[in-house]
Amino acid sequence: MTRRVGRANAHTAKQAGMPRIGPLAALHIWLQRHAQVSLESLGRIFSKPVSSLLTISVLGIALALPAGLYLFLVNAQSISEGLDGEARISLFIKENIEETKAHSLAETLNQRNDIAQATLITREQALAEFQQYSGYAEALEALGDNPLPHVIVIRPDASAMQPDAIETLLRSLRADPQVELAQLDLQWVQRLHGMILIARRGALVISALLGLAVLLTVGNTIRLEVQNRREEIIIAKLVGATDGFIRRPFLYSGLWYGLLGSVVSLLLLWLAIGLLAGPVSDLSRLYQSEFTLLRLSLHDTAILLATGAFLGWTGAWVAVAQQLRGMEPR
Amino acid sequence: MIHFQQVCKRFENGHEALSDLSFRLESGEMAFLTGHSGAGKSTLLRLIALIERCSRGMVSVAGHNLNRVSRRQIPYVRRQVGFIFQDHRLLADRTVFDNVALPLVIAGLGHREIGRRVRAALDKVGLLDKERRCPVMLSGGEQQRVGIARAVVNRPPVVVADEPTGNLDPELSREIMDLFERFNQVGVTLLIASHDLELISRRGHRVLCLDRGRLVRDTPPQTRDRQ
Repeated sequence: MTRRVGRANAHTAKQAGMPRIGPLAALHIWLQRHAQVSLESLGRIFSKPVSSLLTISVLGIALALPAGLYLFLVNAQSISEGLDGEARISLFIKENIEETKAHSLAETLNQRNDIAQATLITREQALAEFQQYSGYAEALEALGDNPLPHVIVIRPDASAMQPDAIETLLRSLRADPQVELAQLDLQWVQRLHGMILIARRGALVISALLGLAVLLTVGNTIRLEVQNRREEIIIAKLVGATDGFIRRPFLYSGLWYGLLGSVVSLLLLWLAIGLLAGPVSDLSRLYQSEFTLLRLSLHDTAILLATGAFLGWTGAWVAVAQQLRGMEPR
Repeated sequence: MIHFQQVCKRFENGHEALSDLSFRLESGEMAFLTGHSGAGKSTLLRLIALIERCSRGMVSVAGHNLNRVSRRQIPYVRRQVGFIFQDHRLLADRTVFDNVALPLVIAGLGHREIGRRVRAALDKVGLLDKERRCPVMLSGGEQQRVGIARAVVNRPPVVVADEPTGNLDPELSREIMDLFERFNQVGVTLLIASHDLELISRRGHRVLCLDRGRLVRDTPPQTRDRQ
């Protein structure tokens, strides 16, 4: 870009009596010019606050929705990933089996290659735990007899985590005559995974559509601005302005709109997270979870700002390119 | 500096605005272009400004064969020709200074150089004290002088004017013509379209007369008889 400006300067210098300038001076002038144009464009946005604010709010909402979805998915994923490593098989032992037998069964299972760990929870332990957490302590006491069986909790080996291997493991466990029931806790995790995958696809589609909305909103705003400044554009062309020169202020306008839109979307997200954080931490406390709502990281914030700026710039580019074609001096 | 060789301009509706037009304006020459309205004066100037392209023949300006100038190169050729319009074509919402500075900003000059040159140009047209005004606050003659300052601010070798005195009274017209002559004295090539025959004849410059798109008379410069 700089090189091109330098060349343009050399071109005019040779032919129209312009002073020859070094590449460093040309770069300085180029930067100066861009700073000036970008500030002018920003000034133009602020000079009509009402309509600009409306446009920027629309952009902010359109950007906040996909960013919010993303945040939701990141949170959902962090929950499901926390559970992933804990894929468990619960082995309910038949009621007539002694505790020592259950112990030795756990020992045997611990020897297997496809099992990382097998832990026995005796019916007494289970009852104690149940009384502590469920709030049914009184009801259980009224029951008198302990209704709970021995349970062996099995953590499959990492190599056995594939659906096929797990299925094989389950079948062999169920075949044991001491076992009443082998239940895989993974199923609902897998379902959650599936749901998140669908939600992620959906979010991608929605994000693309809303991105397009941002593009069109900025494009339309810039299109109107180009039309309003038609006379100015034609005069600039008559005195030798290149398309690049004419595009520049509009591209900066688009950039600013996108950037300001993403700032608004950040504010909206911040507000939404603020409203959700309390209830979410209450809920997670009910699940004995340390889960806290993930917020947008600095990296995500930078990406959101850059995306907004890029979409605004692109929208402006499309609008100006399409408008300028029909704007030749007459 | 300006060279027309058997130039034809036929519009899409079949109207032939210029037919077989040939003339040459040397570097440093000053000439008037006359003819009643519809004779093709504006079309001729529009060919020089690359607003139109000729249908046949060849137009060359400041060493560029305009037939070979691509769309992308048009701006760079236009920077070497200063245009003055009858309706001034100034930016109404910009100051006089910003209007005159436009060609320099486009050419990519630095702040300080722009300030220096704009003031020099405004000084030449006698508007140095009005640089902060907007064009609407100026009289017609002053607006035209702003347009002239803008046309010469980047020191183009060629200046072309379309009816620059069309809306001005004789006194102001005379001032504008004096201004053009001063530019001519420092080597600028000028082509001025005007139907003010009285004003033209008094100046004694070369006169190209168009009639229905043809060059019907090419009067060489006369010895001046200024009152």
